[in-house]
Amino acid sequence: MDHKRFEFFRTIKERGLEPEREEKILMELDHDGVHDIPDSSKDAKIVKTEALYLASDSVYATNDFSVLLAMTNPQGAYTSRLKSLDELLERDSQREKDGLPRKIRVGRLIKPGKGGREKIVVVPTTIEEKFLHDNAFRPSDEEPSSGGSGEGEEGEIIGEQPVHEQEGAGTGPGEGEEGPHEMESNAYDLGKILSKQFELPNIKDKGKKRFLSRYTYDMTDRNRGVGQFLDKKATLRKIVETNISLGNLPDIGDIDPSRFIISPNDKIYRILSREKDYESQALVFFLRDYSGSMEGKPTQIVVAQHVLIYSWLLYQYAKQVESRFILHDTDATEVPDFYTYYNSKVAGGTKVSSAFHLVNEIVGKENLARDYNIYVFYGTDGDDWDTGGKEALPEMTKMLAYSNRIGITVVKHTYGGTNASTEVESYIKNSGLLEKHRDLLRLDVMGEDADEPSLIEGIRNLIS
Amino acid sequence: MELIDQHTKMIMEGCKERARAMGLRFRDETLEYIVTNRDLLELTPKLMIPTLYDYWVHDVDVLKEKGKYELYPVNPYETVINTRPPISFYNDNNPDWLNVMIFYHVLAHIDFFQNNLFFRHTWDYDFTGQALSDKRMIAKLRSEKGRWADYVIEFARGIDNLVGYHYDLSCLNRQSESGWSKRVDFYFDVFLQTINKLKIHEYVKEIERYNDCIKQDKDLGEDSFFSEVDLKYPEFKEIFKKKMEKKPEQRIDIIQYLMENSEFLNKDENKWINSILQVVRNTSLFFQPQIRTKIMNEGWASYWHEMLFLQDDRIKGHEVDFARINAWITSMPRVGINPYALGMRLFYFIEEMADKGRYSFDFQRLHDAEKREKYDAATGQGRDFIFSIRENYCDFTFISAFLEQDFVTRNKLFVAGKRLNKERKVYEYYIKSRNAQDYRRMVIDSLYHPPHIEIDTKKMKDNALYLNHRFEEKPLVKEFIANTMTGIEYLWGGPVELETNEFVSKSAQSAQDFFPIGMTFPMAQDSEPSAKWERVLYTMKNRKLSRRTIQ
Repeated sequence: MDHKRFEFFRTIKERGLEPEREEKILMELDHDGVHDIPDSSKDAKIVKTEALYLASDSVYATNDFSVLLAMTNPQGAYTSRLKSLDELLERDSQREKDGLPRKIRVGRLIKPGKGGREKIVVVPTTIEEKFLHDNAFRPSDEEPSSGGSGEGEEGEIIGEQPVHEQEGAGTGPGEGEEGPHEMESNAYDLGKILSKQFELPNIKDKGKKRFLSRYTYDMTDRNRGVGQFLDKKATLRKIVETNISLGNLPDIGDIDPSRFIISPNDKIYRILSREKDYESQALVFFLRDYSGSMEGKPTQIVVAQHVLIYSWLLYQYAKQVESRFILHDTDATEVPDFYTYYNSKVAGGTKVSSAFHLVNEIVGKENLARDYNIYVFYGTDGDDWDTGGKEALPEMTKMLAYSNRIGITVVKHTYGGTNASTEVESYIKNSGLLEKHRDLLRLDVMGEDADEPSLIEGIRNLIS
Repeated sequence: MELIDQHTKMIMEGCKERARAMGLRFRDETLEYIVTNRDLLELTPKLMIPTLYDYWVHDVDVLKEKGKYELYPVNPYETVINTRPPISFYNDNNPDWLNVMIFYHVLAHIDFFQNNLFFRHTWDYDFTGQALSDKRMIAKLRSEKGRWADYVIEFARGIDNLVGYHYDLSCLNRQSESGWSKRVDFYFDVFLQTINKLKIHEYVKEIERYNDCIKQDKDLGEDSFFSEVDLKYPEFKEIFKKKMEKKPEQRIDIIQYLMENSEFLNKDENKWINSILQVVRNTSLFFQPQIRTKIMNEGWASYWHEMLFLQDDRIKGHEVDFARINAWITSMPRVGINPYALGMRLFYFIEEMADKGRYSFDFQRLHDAEKREKYDAATGQGRDFIFSIRENYCDFTFISAFLEQDFVTRNKLFVAGKRLNKERKVYEYYIKSRNAQDYRRMVIDSLYHPPHIEIDTKKMKDNALYLNHRFEEKPLVKEFIANTMTGIEYLWGGPVELETNEFVSKSAQSAQDFFPIGMTFPMAQDSEPSAKWERVLYTMKNRKLSRRTIQ
């Protein structure tokens, strides 16, 4: 792997590189991470401690109910919250009409679990805005501190906590012990909210067909002897067959129907039957860069946005969305579930074309373009070793031939400066593909400090 | 919700007797309810006040990460509420011995509510009753005005943390008039000292002359004193008269100011808004002392439940059960602050110090460490002393006055720091300081402290309401400014300006954040601090926010 990566680096170096780009690339090359998935057994926050009590930094975090009565804070049932959701959304759109900003936000989105047991939990939340001191603010050199007690010298380290906590982990409303909600149904609700609240556009029906487990009823099945509707043509054919086998039809040149012997079993009827229905169907490829440079925020934003997109498509396609997940650094691999997609750690170098190539390969091999509306969503920090997109652009052009939409999200690192265009951004812009395939290709760029509204704005860009 | 059964009520009454015998003071009646999870779901958004007005935000899960307690200055899970009678909530399957402990805890809370002077303004009425009538009024307004009633609640709640709680409180606790006339007060305190700037010996002479006059004739002495004053300072009469005509300056908070001065609110068709503002303001005032006495209140209650439980003859045999749960409640965490433990230990500590007479001038004068160590005046005043503290202190004064080095050392307290270890990609917790001063500062920094924002009438022009944020080294939460000001603009009926400080950095990021963790990068170590405070002015006009730097 390392060797291969280095080889790739050499080839692109031969093509010529600017010093800054080379530096960036070398940085990823030196990055010694591996793409494993965080061990879920390490749910406890603390790796090595002497029973750290991290829960309450604040004096106000504890209360008589939890401490004295050992009662947990009550959690509202998920369903009862959803019941009022429509009402809340209506209130919110009324606010907009009254010239006030919307106030309902979509709460916690996803809690990945292994083996497809992801939970997406939709909780409407709101915040009451006031003039407040910003407690998160501290002058640059000051570190957060809290109280403590026990043995130890000043300066002694008493415990550690990993920097990157698992995204989405933790407890929140609707995540009680009542058992996991199925991802599908909740993501569907989320999609509904996205469509309604954020007025994301509806999708065009492309009319491709593929059978599904949905049925309509029609008089198509045939049955001998009894039934609702006599199929005369089929019946006559049967009668002829019967008479031939009985030797009742000696001369085919001279047929006299009145001499036919008709058995009750020869009557063929049509009966009511279940028919498989055909509907348009979506296949979504989620692609993300998991190279070393994606560490931290960019990855979080990309996956958060992909969850939203997935939910929205699920709603639009009435749950008939299939999704494939592809991760890439210098090589691309397909992963089986959202959990792996969501959680795989970043490491390695960057070669965007590898992911696009894999998509083309999968689509080609499985002949997917015929049956599906294909969507490709790709998230990156905009870095690519492949200067000028020499390999990525041809793959992308191939993809454009069959996709309904390719949405590319570039989450910029703040250190890159806000104005500088990233590699991916600039080669896509320069290629002219954006103008040529205005309907098919979208590019959305945001900073790594993007919040939920800008994520949604981004989705609107990508799919409208 | 149902009341506790008679058996349990008996236990409660027994607890009251024993608590009273130890000096706790509270009114006779209390109400105890059994609550289910479902009840709690309804009660907690209403801050455990069953009769609080309805508001749609109560039905929505509220984002608590940001601002946390600053936004919601009440612990929604209080077992006992400060009403008349006080109402407390329990789950239904507690064993008797546990109920005894909890009842003592609750009784100490009630004692605190009813005696601590920071609760003075809640003593004269029953909040649940008040809240019920408010709730009905708001329901009625909502049926008449529709969603605008909710908007008004929202706007009012946007500024309900800026209520002039301390000013209101100081009016209530003000000492009664001193026995002599305002003329005398004015003459000696203002006229002689600030207007005429008399020298001290002349001033003392005047006082002597006054005392002589009073001695000669108790009733007419003052008049005869002033007849001479009139000769000496003919202008005094006029100045005093003018002074009396001028109304004393009143400090009023933003909500009050809006109610009195907003043209919009004083239009006949908008008068109803004032009623809602009043309700929101009163509700906020009611809850203010609770969050400002969290450490004291929980400490006081823990002190007493421990003290009283161990002396209670009814629960013999449950000492071990008690010890287990009490240890869980009152243990000092390795990292973090536990208000129960901190408050309780401080009360014990103060009691002991006062018993030994160490809050005295004699002790403070001692510099010999050994003598200090052994100092014991055996005053026996400890208990009385902590009772006076529960009456007169709030968290801020409690911590500043009594959290001293001896206490920190004895309880092995320290300030825990959290820093990034870039190589290992972990946050390290370490012992930063065992100095009492640092610890005190850390606790005080974590206490509830809303920003101080007042109306500056001098800077108001073009009918724009001018808000001045008195800067205390912390900026306001930026994202909230726009919506809060939208609300104020609506209530004021004109543009609103807010002067505040913001930390502006010249380069977008500090060098430290320049590259993500784990990547090696030659860092510029000597980068200068490129950020500074700026005074900025936000203007909200026609629901559009603009911002400019003013210095």
